[in-house]
Amino acid sequence: MAHGDVWVYAEVDDGKIADVSLELLGKGKELAGTLDVQLGAILLGHKTRDLAAVLFAHGADVVYAGEHASLEHYTTLPYARVVTEVIREHKPEIVLYGASPQGRDLAPRVASALKTGLTADCTDLQIGSYESSGRVYQQKLLQVRPAWGGNIIATIVSPDVLPEMATVREGVMHIPEPVEGRQGKLVDVPVHLDGEAELVRVIEHHRQPRRVDLRSANIIVSGGYGMGTKENFALLHELASVVGGAAVGASRAAVDAGFIHQDHQVGQTGTTVRPKLYIACGISGAVQHRAGMEESAKIMAINNDPSAPIFQIAHYGIVGDVREVVPRLIKALKGKL
Amino acid sequence: MIVLVKQVPDTKNVTGEVMKPDGTVNRNALAAIFNPEDLNALEMALDLKQRYGGEVIVITMGPPRAADILKDSLCRGADRAILLSDRRFAASDTLATSYSIAQAILTRLMPFDLVLCGRQAIDGDTAQVGPQCADKLGIPQVTFADKVLDYDGGVFRIRRDLGRAQELVEAKAPLLVTVPKTANSPRWPNAHLLLKYRRARSGFELEAEAKRLGKKVDEVQQDLASKNLFIETWGAEDIGAELVRIGISGSPTKVKKVENVVLAGANLKLFKPDDAGVRELVNELVEERTFG
Repeated sequence: MAHGDVWVYAEVDDGKIADVSLELLGKGKELAGTLDVQLGAILLGHKTRDLAAVLFAHGADVVYAGEHASLEHYTTLPYARVVTEVIREHKPEIVLYGASPQGRDLAPRVASALKTGLTADCTDLQIGSYESSGRVYQQKLLQVRPAWGGNIIATIVSPDVLPEMATVREGVMHIPEPVEGRQGKLVDVPVHLDGEAELVRVIEHHRQPRRVDLRSANIIVSGGYGMGTKENFALLHELASVVGGAAVGASRAAVDAGFIHQDHQVGQTGTTVRPKLYIACGISGAVQHRAGMEESAKIMAINNDPSAPIFQIAHYGIVGDVREVVPRLIKALKGKL
Repeated sequence: MIVLVKQVPDTKNVTGEVMKPDGTVNRNALAAIFNPEDLNALEMALDLKQRYGGEVIVITMGPPRAADILKDSLCRGADRAILLSDRRFAASDTLATSYSIAQAILTRLMPFDLVLCGRQAIDGDTAQVGPQCADKLGIPQVTFADKVLDYDGGVFRIRRDLGRAQELVEAKAPLLVTVPKTANSPRWPNAHLLLKYRRARSGFELEAEAKRLGKKVDEVQQDLASKNLFIETWGAEDIGAELVRIGISGSPTKVKKVENVVLAGANLKLFKPDDAGVRELVNELVEERTFG
């Protein structure tokens, strides 16, 4: 049976394609290859058509572009209507969205309108078979996601409906290398709206740039509740500067305790990172935290509790008081680097 | 105002007692709690009631014991509570859940100005049921609604907290909002109301109550209802639900498999916490070029 295409909803953030959408193009290309179909992207906005070139460069074969003054700022109803209609018309097999605030606002609305399945916040996607009551479904989208606070990993399928849809966690997939000048087909999407844009109006939109760029850091020095105080967190900033080019991260408990700003949070509700070295100081290693850092190439853990779960995924460990060990680490590094 | 609430397993407090020997979580041992962000949604509704008036109706879909969070809601100041419970609702995914809840609202709770729910529930973390209900109710949605600044002439002015951005929107009622935990601090149950609603009963508890009092079930229900102590309990027929759209048959997503997360177990190399141990560790990291 012939399959429909694999599509990615391309989110526009401050005039650029959001990183998560580029990540999805990489994964989408792989899935499209397995199904032997094309990779499509939906691009909506106002005067955003030029961004199609970026989507082509990152692997899109077809870009469905819809332009309208009412689409200048993302609002749910106009976007949901246009996305729903373009899916109905072109019948893709799979539609992927970033699990960003925008993707998680839009995708459920579209899924409800299409009466199709949607899996939230996936961390992996594969093509595989599914068997139920003696019936075998071939080449279905296997949607892998953590649930129960990260304590279980579930694989979800939508065997009987199309399109199969998922939102995918930011930072988990890799952005493919762009091929400059790569061409594709641009399809105009008609935009019909009947007053949807008037129900919710965006009056102001302020962007707050992140205080720290955890994802591109080679080394992350991260602190947990075990750091004890905000003042002790200064030790981690010092350690990061001695290492050179290291970023400071934190567990949710440290953020909740007010030791550091939320932008530094690593984990399920923070940023997903995979640095060369992750130094976990006073972090017990709750499953929600591990979900955001366990793919680090090397993990170093400093904790006074030898039974802390962090030691079970760490490569290097020191059982001791962070307030004593971190200064020693700073001293030893100053002598070495 | 209608507040959508859910009873969830307490996945955030996974302590040693609920860990099985193989390092996985014994899900049955987790306590059932009020989904935290649904408490923020209820607080927002109660605050709006104080500012602008109106009635706060709380509705949940779940097993009979989910009545606990409805009683809790009444004790915090909700005016009316509804338990949507039927074996045939079991195993609903977000699409079937949103259909059932929207169907209950459309058939029995019209009209309304505002539907509120928590941003997401801590068991599934999907954040999908709110927007999917809004679609089925045919109304706009404002997700991540951090503050309702004012309500005037049928228009809400709402601040959204999108993490990396803040947004101010004007939205016309009727509307659905999803509320994040940063929105407010939920009030505690009120002592007076705790005393009053100690005697609140759902439809599932009527028989036992009738037996205890030596009265007829109908009589007990009427008596409770007259004192606002009866938690209305609705099944699939009460909301005119199409059976193919509820429960497992109304749920397009299926679980193929579930794996427990087991700690990977890297080859941990331990170093002493003294100067010599720390130096040794730094040397090793420099040698393997992780540092430098």
